[in-house]
Amino acid sequence: MNNQIDNKGFYGEFGGAYIPELLRRNLDELENAYLDILESENFKSEYARLLDNYVGRPTPLTYATNLSAKYKTQVYLKREDLTHTGAHKINNTIGQILVAKHLGKKRIIAETGAGQHGVATATVCALFGLECVVHMGALDVERQAPNVARMKMLGATVIPSTSGNQTLKDATNEAIRDWIANPHSFYLIGSVVGPHPYPDMVSRLQSIISEEIKKQLVTEQGRENPDCIIACVGGGSNAAGAFYHYIDDKEVKLIAVEAAGKGIDSSETAATITIGTTGFIHGSKTLLMQDDDGQIIEPYSISAGLDYPGVGPVHAHLAKTGRVKYISATDDDALKAAKDLALNEGIIPALESAHALAALDKIQFKKDEVVVVIVSGRGDKDMETYMTHLEL
Amino acid sequence: MNRIDSLFQNKKQDILSIYFPAGYPNLNDTVPNLELLQKAGVDMVEIGIPFSDPLADGPAIQAAAKQALDNGMKLRLLLEQLKSVRKTVDIPLVLMGYWNTIYNYGVENFLKECENIGIDGLIVPDLPLDEFELHYKSEFEKYGVYNVLLACPETEEKRLQKLISSTQGFLYLVSSSATTGGSMKVNEKQNTYFDRIKQIESPSLIGFGINNKESFEYACQYADGAIIGTAFIKALEKNEAKSFINSIK
Repeated sequence: MNNQIDNKGFYGEFGGAYIPELLRRNLDELENAYLDILESENFKSEYARLLDNYVGRPTPLTYATNLSAKYKTQVYLKREDLTHTGAHKINNTIGQILVAKHLGKKRIIAETGAGQHGVATATVCALFGLECVVHMGALDVERQAPNVARMKMLGATVIPSTSGNQTLKDATNEAIRDWIANPHSFYLIGSVVGPHPYPDMVSRLQSIISEEIKKQLVTEQGRENPDCIIACVGGGSNAAGAFYHYIDDKEVKLIAVEAAGKGIDSSETAATITIGTTGFIHGSKTLLMQDDDGQIIEPYSISAGLDYPGVGPVHAHLAKTGRVKYISATDDDALKAAKDLALNEGIIPALESAHALAALDKIQFKKDEVVVVIVSGRGDKDMETYMTHLEL
Repeated sequence: MNRIDSLFQNKKQDILSIYFPAGYPNLNDTVPNLELLQKAGVDMVEIGIPFSDPLADGPAIQAAAKQALDNGMKLRLLLEQLKSVRKTVDIPLVLMGYWNTIYNYGVENFLKECENIGIDGLIVPDLPLDEFELHYKSEFEKYGVYNVLLACPETEEKRLQKLISSTQGFLYLVSSSATTGGSMKVNEKQNTYFDRIKQIESPSLIGFGINNKESFEYACQYADGAIIGTAFIKALEKNEAKSFINSIK
């Protein structure tokens, strides 16, 4: 529909599949099958059924009364925080597990940073009785103990990645290496990153977010299109899903918010599109944070879900064409926005989503504009950070 | 004539190729290592361009690459180190690295430097063949640098034939479905694969998991020779490079 990928898996100059020959057959298998599977009636009805009665979709589009008054505009919140497991990640894992099932795979590999995608993967593996192996940076395993415990309770094996900096980037390397060593496994990637066809497949699976917004706004406002949609971007899957059905509706302003960390001019940031340059990471040509020797730089953000040194190729492309405006919010901006949402609307957002909410303070809206902010996840997992920084 | 072609013309079996990352174990060890390897009778060397995220490599090579980077190794510096290498080393030299580093340097400038130095070929595991043929083949040819391709047990027959006809210099046969540094698993599936690759008439070397005389000799039954990386790096660490090579030959 609004799929801008060409037949080789490129969004403009970005994307593709820059992978070792060792993964060629696996990717060919997936590439040859994924569209047929996603478009089959079987898949569609099973996916819809699970989203409805397992994930808890459609998620509400909540009119934020107090924020609307504060910003003198009409603010709606798309409530991905209310899904089962507490974030949009589950939309993707439900879809991919069905693809894996269609391909007859028995062992599932995933990478995870903060643990949200790992939990969402362990969840669907438990549901379908499939073996689940989650690679997670050794540092993150220490920092995210509750999510590690969740994955284990759901029956997953969590393997700490001890290479490199021991965070998401390295967990992804290890997941890909696991896939090389176990070619009959299915790699269930967590965002719109990695080699083709993953960015396209994950975008399609997350497009349920914009599909629902269109329907819900008709009820709320008598029209499908808001004036503006705001989402946060790490790898970029919730943003890709939220923008998906609006890409061709040029009158809808699309705004993506990256994590500036301690500031885009500091060396501690994760604002890939703002400061990155063209390169190759995890099999994809995209914008990434690298030094002058082409070594990939470890990003920083207070939000563990946004500190990825690359970004989905679709975002590199949408930034280049100017269709989406990419801005950034610092750690402090995000903390303030999280506190604001909690106090004004009674919703504690994930730190990732707080970056999207921070944009409300940075943009001048017209009165009566309709603004949709994606609350990609709930804040339970971030309580420790909130306790430290908000002195709770 | 490209030195890789000369090697395979003159030697039909037991070709020993060694891999090590540039700037390892010490920053300025690159050229002394090459001289040592030539003196020890090694037939070809693959010099690794250290990269922060080497997807096809196992923990030992990634750790060595990280140490090289911490030592201050950069692609620019490597090319500088190699400037006069042809005064003392005349065996084929191949650079092995990941596409991001080369792309970041500038592909054409990089190839030009390779020609000036006398680099015979490149192994870039994450540069897909179709991308190479579409965008870079003519530049590689212009500077006389070979693009060496990899094949693995998962490679289907039709694809294998395509790789055989498209690779330049030799075909790098990955021994098993694994990253570097494992040990070669000899099982039934492996034997089928090895029987397949034994049929390959054009130059080929087996790599990944070759770590001693026994596995080297085993691999040599199925190809023109073999490549040793991780085991050599471990020997370098222990300052036993020379005795390790002697133990293989």
